[in-house]
Amino acid sequence: MKNLVLTTAALAVAGSMTFADGHSVVRLGTEGAYPPYNFLNDDGEVDGFEREVGDELCARAELTCEWVTNEWDSIIPNLVSGNYDVIIAGMSITDERDEVIDFSEAYTQPDPSAYLALSADVDLAGGVVAAQTGTIQAAFVANTGATLLEFATPDETVAAVKAGEADAVLADKSFLQPIADADGEVMLLEQEELIGGGVGLGVRESDGELRDALSAAIASMKADGSLNVLIEKWGVGAAF
Amino acid sequence: MFSFCTDPASLEGAKWLSCYLTTVKHMSMYYAVVTVLLLLAITAPTALAFGFVGASAARSQIAPLRWVGKTYIAVVRGIPDIAFFLFFVIALDQAFEYIRHRIKCPDWEEPVRQGNDFIVCTAAKLPLGNSPQWMHETYGFMLAVLTFAIVFGAFAANVLFGAMRAVPKGQLETAEAYGMSRGQTFWRVLVPQMWVYALPGLSNLWMVLIKATPLLFLLGVEDIVYWARELGGAKQPQFTEYPHPDWRMWYFAALLIFYLCFTKVSEVVLDRIMAKLTHGQATAAGEAQRKAAA
Repeated sequence: MKNLVLTTAALAVAGSMTFADGHSVVRLGTEGAYPPYNFLNDDGEVDGFEREVGDELCARAELTCEWVTNEWDSIIPNLVSGNYDVIIAGMSITDERDEVIDFSEAYTQPDPSAYLALSADVDLAGGVVAAQTGTIQAAFVANTGATLLEFATPDETVAAVKAGEADAVLADKSFLQPIADADGEVMLLEQEELIGGGVGLGVRESDGELRDALSAAIASMKADGSLNVLIEKWGVGAAF
Repeated sequence: MFSFCTDPASLEGAKWLSCYLTTVKHMSMYYAVVTVLLLLAITAPTALAFGFVGASAARSQIAPLRWVGKTYIAVVRGIPDIAFFLFFVIALDQAFEYIRHRIKCPDWEEPVRQGNDFIVCTAAKLPLGNSPQWMHETYGFMLAVLTFAIVFGAFAANVLFGAMRAVPKGQLETAEAYGMSRGQTFWRVLVPQMWVYALPGLSNLWMVLIKATPLLFLLGVEDIVYWARELGGAKQPQFTEYPHPDWRMWYFAALLIFYLCFTKVSEVVLDRIMAKLTHGQATAAGEAQRKAAA
């Protein structure tokens, strides 16, 4: 109860302060469950390729940034309602998403999507293929002959394959590769799908200034090769 | 945490486990247990208050008040929790910000809704965009408490409404005969006696509330189920010092035990409260108590 009183008092104090500049802190929203793009490390902090890219972009654009995690399902609604300012969550640039939010310049090359399965001879055309809800892979599988099995988190899609619930999982190759390497039971199939147009930062459509600042920072990271170094370090597809 | 944890790869057995279970990430999970308990501790009385007001309104003599009470009970009880949690919280948050926007930024000319975007002036943001993360978390927590209280308040209102009607008519008529006003009858006779009829329903609600806490994650509050899923998922050696296969089964088993113990303790406590409330009441259980004592 005492805590409650204290926090309400703190909220009231915070509410009565007025600041002129709202973007003095830019909040970066990520999923935190999609290595190597983003994940929580042993210290419970956001880590991975996007953590390093994001921190570097903020430094170059001279922004103070703060990391926030949000589940993938509601990552776009929470952006447009203003709970954070940028989505940095391995989100591929697609036309459908572009109707709702705006994207910066891409900071990865289009990463081919791969299949992970228990054996090499699964029937991808007529079998059950798992994918995370709301991803380009889920949309892709829905348009093939295979039965789509959706899960809220990427981790569950892999677990479904190992449990025999799905024949294969379709996801970004850079996500599946470390799993195939570490786990003797599962393997990547030779067949790959080229979907998506590279990963970009998502911002609100009304936030053009922020988008331009971030795009300029991405361009400068591309120009001096520092982006390629990070892409190679974390293994997220081809270099620029 | 421990001094021998610097190189986890070289450890085995209990030592490895003790290091693994005390990583900062695991601490977040233990902290989430406290969050859940705190949520329950704040939500339960708040929901009961909502329920009491709702039930009193629903049996009010004043028609508009009665309509408000009945509509609240009917609407909230009829909407699936998950829809309520997904839609209502964002709407509530935007409503707060809109009100602040109108007060703090009267000169603002652009529309608040631009396509899909909801934009208020920066001074109206709640919490302010540049406030620290703990403030955002506390705000999210408060929204969660409010949403839980509204949802469970409606169910509690229905339980209390029924309980108020279950108090024997004779009691109320006697109070009137003694010359008590409507308010006096309500507070001195009806309210003290209704709890014994309300408790079975309320204890059910409490149990459901305990189990509903995983809905917190929909509101952006990281609860124990989120951490169990996150910590239990398979971890590859590139991304952690403690690689392990899919251990979610063990984490969820631990959660199962936690919830089971928690509901068992609740049951014991509720049974005691029931025995206390029954004392001296004109119910079958009260009669049994009297006979046992005699």
